[in-house]
Amino acid sequence: MSKVMVVTSGKGGVGKTPSSAALGAALAQTGQNVVIVDFDVGLRNLDLVMGAERRVVYDLVNVVQGDAKLAQALIRDKRVDTLSLLPASQTRDKDALTEEGVKKVIDELREKFDWVICDSPAGIEKGAMLAMRYADLAVVVTNPEVSSVRDSDRIIGMLDSKTVRAENGEKFEKHLLLTRYSPARAARGEMLKVEDVLEILAIPLLGIVPESEEVLNASNVGCPVTLHNPVSAPARAYMEAARRLLGEKLDIATPTAERQGFIGRLFGRKAIA
Amino acid sequence: MSLLSLFTRKRSAPVARERLQLLLAHERALEGHTDLAAILQEEILAVIAKHIPIDRDKVNVKLDRGSQVSTLEIDIQMPPAAKA
Ligand SMILES: Nc1ncnc2c1ncn2[C@@H]1O[C@H](COP(=O)(O)OP(=O)(O)OP(=O)(O)O)[C@@H](O)[C@H]1O
Ligand SMILES: [Mg+2]
Repeated sequence: MSKVMVVTSGKGGVGKTPSSAALGAALAQTGQNVVIVDFDVGLRNLDLVMGAERRVVYDLVNVVQGDAKLAQALIRDKRVDTLSLLPASQTRDKDALTEEGVKKVIDELREKFDWVICDSPAGIEKGAMLAMRYADLAVVVTNPEVSSVRDSDRIIGMLDSKTVRAENGEKFEKHLLLTRYSPARAARGEMLKVEDVLEILAIPLLGIVPESEEVLNASNVGCPVTLHNPVSAPARAYMEAARRLLGEKLDIATPTAERQGFIGRLFGRKAIA
Repeated sequence: MSLLSLFTRKRSAPVARERLQLLLAHERALEGHTDLAAILQEEILAVIAKHIPIDRDKVNVKLDRGSQVSTLEIDIQMPPAAKA
């Protein structure tokens, strides 16, 4: 049974694209067949973060509009052969994607892949709607910061009302991925606590990705962080999140500033997922 | 990451700069036009289709844009009947 998973947030720049790449690669590394679809039409970036920018010939819009076959637009990752990418187009035409067109592509992708990961654009407009429309589950990427949490709350409301699953009264799984978490700032009481965010948004926690320069390094060289530096803290967090998506029950530890490593581990929390 | 790369770890920003320069040079040249690769493919296919019936599903296009050379690879599966 294939799963269509939207990675969304409402707010821009919270890390949806690096998270889509990292989760996609992590799932693919376990042997799952994965495709990551860039829904950010007009502002494509997933190709760059995945290091495939020089290989783009066709894109999602070409496939939706029938100018290219799906197989022609898919780009197979050179490092993990169970990982593929479907790039977004750079067109400025906001109506390039249609609901029926997207449905057709998603249906076709479902047949080929175990996981179809939709990297949503920011906002609550058409692009974000289409990215979530046919999803079975969502990863809501949130930074521990007031405006991000607020926007996530709006997106959660939309996931519960605007997706096909929600409209049919079916269950729609939502997972919270807290990114750019800074242990030092948390220790100084300058950042919303994990507990606070969880209490406000009231969806199960999938993982906590610490703020780390490794995420930026990985984007710089065009490689998902789980492949670029697998032992780094963000890579581990993403790999564990991927295992939770596959149904494993793993404790989620709140990242701590280096010095507090041991104490922090004592306060590890049970996954609610 | 291999053991070797632990020692020879390069800074990532210069790599980013190089990748961006290459990509943006391409995208700026493209502004307002369709991708040359797509046009080339269409026209090449049209020429071949004059002589051999080709199945669109059996055409695969790969591209690799480099700073010096780019390669466009068009892989067409010919129907058995059309074997040269
Ligand atoms: N865990 C992290 N540690 C440090 N930096 C991070 C982390 N996660 C993401 N970033 C950085 O945050 C920035 C925002 O990422 P990006 O713009 O790709 O997010 P996005 O949600 O996909 O944005 P958009 O809404 O525009 O699609 C990037 O510079 C990225 O490198
Ligand atoms: Mg993005």
